Amino acid sequence: MRGVVAALLTAVLLLCTVSCGPGQVRSRLEGPYPKKLSDWSLFTGRLADLKPAERVVPYDLNTPLFSDYAQKHRFIWIPAGVAAQYLDPDVLQFPAGTILSKTFSYDERRIETRLLVNARSGWTPLVYVWNASQTEARLEQVPDPVAIEWRHPSGELLKIDYVIPNTNQCKGCHDQGLGEAKTTLPIGPSARQLNRDFDYGDTRENQLAHWTRVGILRGAPTSPPRLPVWEDPSTGPVEARARAYIEINCAHCHNRQASANSTGLYLTAAETEGARLGVCKVPVAAGNGSGDLRFGVMPGKPDESILIRRMESTEPKVLMPELGRSVVHREGVALVRQWINLLQGDCTP
Amino acid sequence: MIRRFLLLFSVVLASCSREDSVIRAGTDFQKRLQEALINAKPGTVIVIGEGKHSLDRTLSLAVANVTIKGRGMGQTILSFQNQKSGAAGLQVTASGFTLEDLAIEDTKGDALKINGATGVVVRRVRTEWTGGPKESNGAYGIYPVQCKDVLIEDSVAIGAADAGIYAGQSQNIIVRRNRAERNVAGIEIENSQFADVYENTATGNTGGLLVFNLPDLPVKGGHHTRVFNNRVIANNEPNFAPKGNLVAKVPAGTGVMVMATHHIEVFKNTISDNQTYNVSINSYLVTGNPISDAQYDPYTSAIYVHDNLIGGGGNQPDGRVARDIEPKVGRPIPSIIYDGILDPKLTKVNGMPDDQRICIQNNGGATFANYDAANGFKTVVRDAKAHDCSLAPLSPVTLTTLGSAGGA
Repeated sequence: MRGVVAALLTAVLLLCTVSCGPGQVRSRLEGPYPKKLSDWSLFTGRLADLKPAERVVPYDLNTPLFSDYAQKHRFIWIPAGVAAQYLDPDVLQFPAGTILSKTFSYDERRIETRLLVNARSGWTPLVYVWNASQTEARLEQVPDPVAIEWRHPSGELLKIDYVIPNTNQCKGCHDQGLGEAKTTLPIGPSARQLNRDFDYGDTRENQLAHWTRVGILRGAPTSPPRLPVWEDPSTGPVEARARAYIEINCAHCHNRQASANSTGLYLTAAETEGARLGVCKVPVAAGNGSGDLRFGVMPGKPDESILIRRMESTEPKVLMPELGRSVVHREGVALVRQWINLLQGDCTP
Repeated sequence: MIRRFLLLFSVVLASCSREDSVIRAGTDFQKRLQEALINAKPGTVIVIGEGKHSLDRTLSLAVANVTIKGRGMGQTILSFQNQKSGAAGLQVTASGFTLEDLAIEDTKGDALKINGATGVVVRRVRTEWTGGPKESNGAYGIYPVQCKDVLIEDSVAIGAADAGIYAGQSQNIIVRRNRAERNVAGIEIENSQFADVYENTATGNTGGLLVFNLPDLPVKGGHHTRVFNNRVIANNEPNFAPKGNLVAKVPAGTGVMVMATHHIEVFKNTISDNQTYNVSINSYLVTGNPISDAQYDPYTSAIYVHDNLIGGGGNQPDGRVARDIEPKVGRPIPSIIYDGILDPKLTKVNGMPDDQRICIQNNGGATFANYDAANGFKTVVRDAKAHDCSLAPLSPVTLTTLGSAGGA
C-alpha cells in the first residue's frame, strides 16, 4: 500500500514537472504555443507587474531600438544545465529552448509582449497582445494597430499609431542571411549591447558577469567589448554613439546579409567604408525617400542628407525604419545630426 | 451517358466551388488576407475575390511556392489609397512565387516588391497610381530585386515615379507582352544578367526602355540582354521622379537607353516619336555623377542594334541632351546617338576588339551621331559607317526553375 502511494506521488510529481504551473517555465521546442502569455509562466504574481519567475533574468541593452517611445522590459530564460555561448560582434549563441521576452508599455500600460523562442525549427516569433484590463495577453498573428496618446518630456502630447507587428513583420527584421541561408535571429542581445550594469534589486552587477555567475553564459572574456549608450556622453564620443544608434535602428536590414542588402547601404557599427554608410552615396531605389537630396549623408550638412530626411519623416513612403516608428525620435535625430555635422569633406567628384 | 455527363458536371462544379481558401471582400479583409499569407503552406493557392479592397498596411508573404491570384486585373483590386504603414503594397521574400490576375493600386511606395526569390511569375497583373504621373507616386510597379528566374508577362504598369517594370540585380529574366505607360521609366533592366525583353509596349513614359548598370550596388556587372519586337513609342512625359534618383536624369523623350553595360542586342523593335532621341548608347560618365565605387565599370561595349524600325522624334530634346548635344548636332536629334566614350582598358592594345564593338546595322533610314563626349563634344560624327558591323546573336534566356512556364 505504501508502495502504491509512493508510486502515485512520484507519478504526480513527474506530471507536474511537465505540465503544472504556475512558476514553472519550460522549453517548448515546437508548436502549438500557448494562447495566453500567462501559460508561459515567465512571471509570478500579477502578470502585468512582470515580476520574473525563478531563473528568468531581466536585462537591458546599451543602445536599444527606438519604438515610438514605448518603454521596454526584457527578460531571458535559458533551460537549466545549458548556457549561451559568448560571441562577438554577433548576438550570443543561445541554446535550444531559450526564451527572449520583450514587453512594450506606455506609462506602465502594457501593450504587447513579444517572445522569441529558440525552437527546433529555429527562432520563432510570437506576439501577445494585452487586454484592456491588463490581466492577460493573447497570442495574435495579425494584431491591429493601437492608438496611443503619450506625453513627451517636452510636454507635447504625441499621437502614436502604434503598430504591433504580424509574424511576417517580425521576421522582416529578425531574418538574417540571403536566400537559402536565411535564418531568424535575435537582434539585441550581443555582448556589446549587454555589457552594462543592471539593478537586480538585491545587487547591482554587470550583466555579462551576472549571466556567467548564474550559469546562463559561458566563454565571456575578462574585458568584453562595449557599445556606448547613445544618450550618455560619458560612454563615448558623438560618432561612436551615433553609429551605435544607427546600427540598432537600421543595421538589421541594412547589412550585407539582410533584406536591404540590395541598397548598398550598410549601417553596422563596424562598417568602415564611408560610401557604404551613405557618405556621398547616391540613392539607388529610394523613390520619394530621397526627396530632392543627392546623397545619403552629406558631410557637415544634415539638412542635405537623405538619412536625416528619412529619420525626420512620418510619411510611410519616406520614413525609416519602415516598421515600428510612426513619430519622430527627436533625441535620436539630434544625435545623428551632430555626427553628420562633425563629418569633414564634400561630395564633389 | 446523361448520367455520366451529370457526374462529370458535378465534379467540375465541386472543384469550382471549393472556395474555402478564397479571401472575399468584407470585414477584416486585410487581416484575413494577411493571415492566409502567413499560414500558407508550400503549394497553397490563395484566391482573392472580386472587388476594390482597401488596405492600409503592407501585405507580406514569406512562404515558398505559394500562388496568389485574383479574378482579373480589372476585377480584383488591392487599393492602398489609405495606406498608413509600410511603404510597399505586397512584399514577397519567398521563392517559387506566382501572382496572377489582380491589380495593386496607389501604394505609398513600391507596388509589388519581390526580394531574393528564385522562381517568380507575375502574370496579368496591373500596378497603377491612378492619379496619373506625380512625383508623390511610389517608386516601382513590378519590382523583383536580387531574384533568379523571373517571368513577367501580360502585365500593365502605370504611373510609377521610378520604373513601371523593373528587374534589378537579378539573373535570368523574361519580360514579355507587357504594357508600360506614364511611368518615369517604362521598363528597366538594371545590374542584371541574361534578360529577354520582347513584345512589350512602352509608351507615354519619360523613358521607354532602359538597360543599364549602376554603381554602389552589391550585385554589379549586368550583361546579356536581348530587347526585341517591342514597341517603344512617344515616351515624352515630363520627368516626374524625385530629384535625387538616377532616373530623374533621364531626359523626357527617351526611347531606348543602353548605358554602362555589355552584350546587349536590340533588334526588330519599333522605336519612334521619342522627342529627345529614339536610341542612346552611352557610358555612365555622361550622367556627371561622381563614382565612388572602385569596382564599378562605367563603360559600354558589345552592343548590337539591328533591324529596328526607327523614326520620328528628336524634335524637343530635354535635359543633358538639350544642354550638351543639341548645340552640336542640331534638331532633330539623330535617332541613334552614341557618346563615343571607349573603355581605355579595352582599347589599350590594337583598338577595340571586334567582339566588343558598338555595331549598328539595318535600321532603315535611322539617323546617327557620335557626339564625341570623350573629347568635349569636339568632333561630331554623323556617319554610322564606323559601326557597320555585326555581333554574334545572343542566346535566348531559359528559366530553368520555372519549367515550361518559362519557355520563350
